[in-house]
Amino acid sequence: MMRQNSRTRAAWHRFCCNRAALASCALLLVLAGLSILEPALARLMGQDPTLVQLHQRLVGPSFAHPLGTDELGRDLLLRLLEGGRVSLSVGIFGAIAASVVGSAIGLAAGYRGGALDSFLMRMTDGVIALPLLPLLIVLAAIDLQKLGVPAELARSETASLYRIVVLVALVGWTTVARLVRGATLSLKARDFVRAAVALGASPLRVMIVHILPNLASVIIVSTALSVGGVILLESVLSYLGLGIAPPLASWGEMLSGAQETITIAPALAIYPGVLIFLVVVACNLGADGLQEALDPRGRTV
Amino acid sequence: MTAYILRRLAESLVVLAVMSFVIYGLIGLMPGDPIDLMLSADPHLTTADVARLKSLMGVDQPLLKRYGVWAAAALTGDFGYSRLYVTPALTVLLPPLGRSALLMGVSFIATILLALPLGIIAALKPHSSRDHAINLAAFASVSMPSFWIGLMLILVFAARLGWLPAGGIADVGGGGVGDLARHLLLPAATLTLVGFGSFTRYMRAGLIEAMSQDYIRTARAKGASERRILVGHALRNALSAVVTLIALSFGALFSGALVTETLFAYPGMGKLIYDAILGNDFNLALAALLLATVMTLLANLAADLAYAAIDPRITYR
Repeated sequence: MMRQNSRTRAAWHRFCCNRAALASCALLLVLAGLSILEPALARLMGQDPTLVQLHQRLVGPSFAHPLGTDELGRDLLLRLLEGGRVSLSVGIFGAIAASVVGSAIGLAAGYRGGALDSFLMRMTDGVIALPLLPLLIVLAAIDLQKLGVPAELARSETASLYRIVVLVALVGWTTVARLVRGATLSLKARDFVRAAVALGASPLRVMIVHILPNLASVIIVSTALSVGGVILLESVLSYLGLGIAPPLASWGEMLSGAQETITIAPALAIYPGVLIFLVVVACNLGADGLQEALDPRGRTV
Repeated sequence: MTAYILRRLAESLVVLAVMSFVIYGLIGLMPGDPIDLMLSADPHLTTADVARLKSLMGVDQPLLKRYGVWAAAALTGDFGYSRLYVTPALTVLLPPLGRSALLMGVSFIATILLALPLGIIAALKPHSSRDHAINLAAFASVSMPSFWIGLMLILVFAARLGWLPAGGIADVGGGGVGDLARHLLLPAATLTLVGFGSFTRYMRAGLIEAMSQDYIRTARAKGASERRILVGHALRNALSAVVTLIALSFGALFSGALVTETLFAYPGMGKLIYDAILGNDFNLALAALLLATVMTLLANLAADLAYAAIDPRITYR
């Protein structure tokens, strides 16, 4: 218990020494906080970010609208914060979903070995090499009702949110699966695992009780490293009109209309992109810091 | 070697067969079906007509049977008619394929010419200020959404400065190589800026790894010049890993091209796939997606063979 504690503390100490990682975390926390507080901020400013005001289209910055308004007269600052809420949640939940799938596949392949291992790893190689975006567009365009999803869920406002998390899980699991498989292979040969097997523990129990806890740092680090990529993927799909759909806002979705008004309102094209960029950089730097803190010798990842 | 190539080709064919079934099944799940589209075009159709049409076109058959019929026709080169272009799907595909190959080829060469020297410069003096600057640029490149880089290039060079066209492939009444080059510049720059970051990082990591090997120390000890150490010993070893990673990134290049082509209204394969899927052109979308898969599989095969050519330690059985 004591060792566990001091190891966690050492990791925390290493993380705190990494200024870039700390600054990134601070930026992400501020953005997340502002996005969560957006409804309150909207009431404070007396604005409704979903209200379409066609007589106030593309107004420049003013006291009422600190960043101006968008092509439908909605307050740009509040829209950006709303979009941030969606983009950040998709990034986090998408990365977690992909990690869960990837960990299960990697664990099964690494522990079972043999034909299952070679089949799963071939599949992983295949998914990595495929041109994913065209396939994702097909997946994003399919009619959920034809898959038997209830109509009210398929047509609800948040359906696009769940759909994109599922899409990310379907294609984003490969890196985690490879790392988890590699770590599982080395753990499998360790004495404590062999002791558990000798004591008659079932394969499922060995995998979940004995191996999985030892994979924690690998899984946490690779999940964190993938958040930035997921946010980028969401923004591309939403930009193409196949990800987050209005009335929900996301930064990619906000950029999809920006091209037509780019000569008269460049701000609409600049702000969401800058935010995506900053958040992805912050996620990557933060995850790098996490990796160095949890795994200072860089042996597992 | 020949046996290896044959085995890999056979494997690729299996992957292609699986992918074609997956894509076929997914396309069938897209909103709307051909009969609905005909119905909306011709309100005089009766329910009996619809049933007759359905059995005529075979859409009342089970999925596996429909796939079999489609695959048998596809094997003879018949991919059906495109709904949007009203010509055989295969004829629609070829001109965009050429234009995409041009865009991707130009960007790929530009990316390599930019990324490999940058990676080498960074790796020669790790943790110097040059290294940090290059790392920062590479980091920015992998953290930016591709379409946003393109949007910013349009904003600066097309909307503000007016130097270059914001999209398309030729001016009205224009033509010729110069016009094409002007239209190619911004999309190619976008793809290059998106792609060079990861290549630079591969190259830097590969070279640093190679430079820390014992044989480099041996080469130094026997008095070889730094230039000879780099060119003769380190670079070739570093490249073997980089080449594989680069060839495996073909799928990513294609994905990037799809976004870039859509953004710049460049009539290539990516835009064609996007338009076909959004326009319910099922035959065309199927053929185009399969073609993209074939190209990716071939690129991966080429990667394996290039790997062997660069690294003589690797023998294929």
